[in-house]
Amino acid sequence: MAAVPDRPISPHLTIWRWGPGMTVSILHRITGAGLSIVGLGVLTWWLMAIASGQDAYATFAKIAGHWFGIIVLVGLTWAFFQHLFSGIRHLLTDTGMGFELKANNAGAVLTIVGSIAVTIVLWAYWLGAFQ
Amino acid sequence: MSLGDSATPLGKVKGLGSAREGGEHWLTERVTSVALLLLGTWLLASLLFLPKLDQRTLFEWLRSPSGAVPMALFVVTAFRHGVDGLKVAVDDYVENEASRWALNTFFLFLAFAGASLSLFALGRIAFGAAA
Repeated sequence: MAAVPDRPISPHLTIWRWGPGMTVSILHRITGAGLSIVGLGVLTWWLMAIASGQDAYATFAKIAGHWFGIIVLVGLTWAFFQHLFSGIRHLLTDTGMGFELKANNAGAVLTIVGSIAVTIVLWAYWLGAFQ
Repeated sequence: MSLGDSATPLGKVKGLGSAREGGEHWLTERVTSVALLLLGTWLLASLLFLPKLDQRTLFEWLRSPSGAVPMALFVVTAFRHGVDGLKVAVDDYVENEASRWALNTFFLFLAFAGASLSLFALGRIAFGAAA
């Protein structure tokens, strides 16, 4: 919708004190966009490489195993779990659960702690397995 | 395909609502999110339990019905959820109507292209010659 300059607008981002709920909300959107564009792109490439044979897969594995590829894959892993955990939180709040300030903040913080923890554990395992 | 209807009878009679069909988009996002919760867990568990992640192992895995069918479901559901989610972000942040339409259409094309390529790869693995 076109902006109407003279119309008063409701209080927006600038007047609220930043909190865990807002952080998780925007992270949900950023990780969702990242997973949709980068994540599904990598998934498609990966499946095409598996279908195309050993040589194509070797090219995929070489780029994925490069330090840059690993950074992207670790990022996608974290984005996956952050989006998954905040998605579960989203579904729960859709039912009206957890709107009390304390529970809401705790749930928000928990999604971030959880996503980082699972990412570290998984990649410690994977990097260990490949060495 | 309708996954449900969130409009109230009175709302329908009056023809109220922002786009008059937002309810279905909203519900589809949630239904696909629940599906992805299950399929994502399956994908992660599969990657963890496969003995190796080389081309031959992955090819054999995706050749079997227990690999091919959930992966096809994951591809279709993930691209649908992704394009639905990107539409929310585009509709919220892109102010110009023409740009909004162009970007939504671009992501829709991208999602169909990616999903088709992925399903083609899966078909080639499942119905093609053995690796």
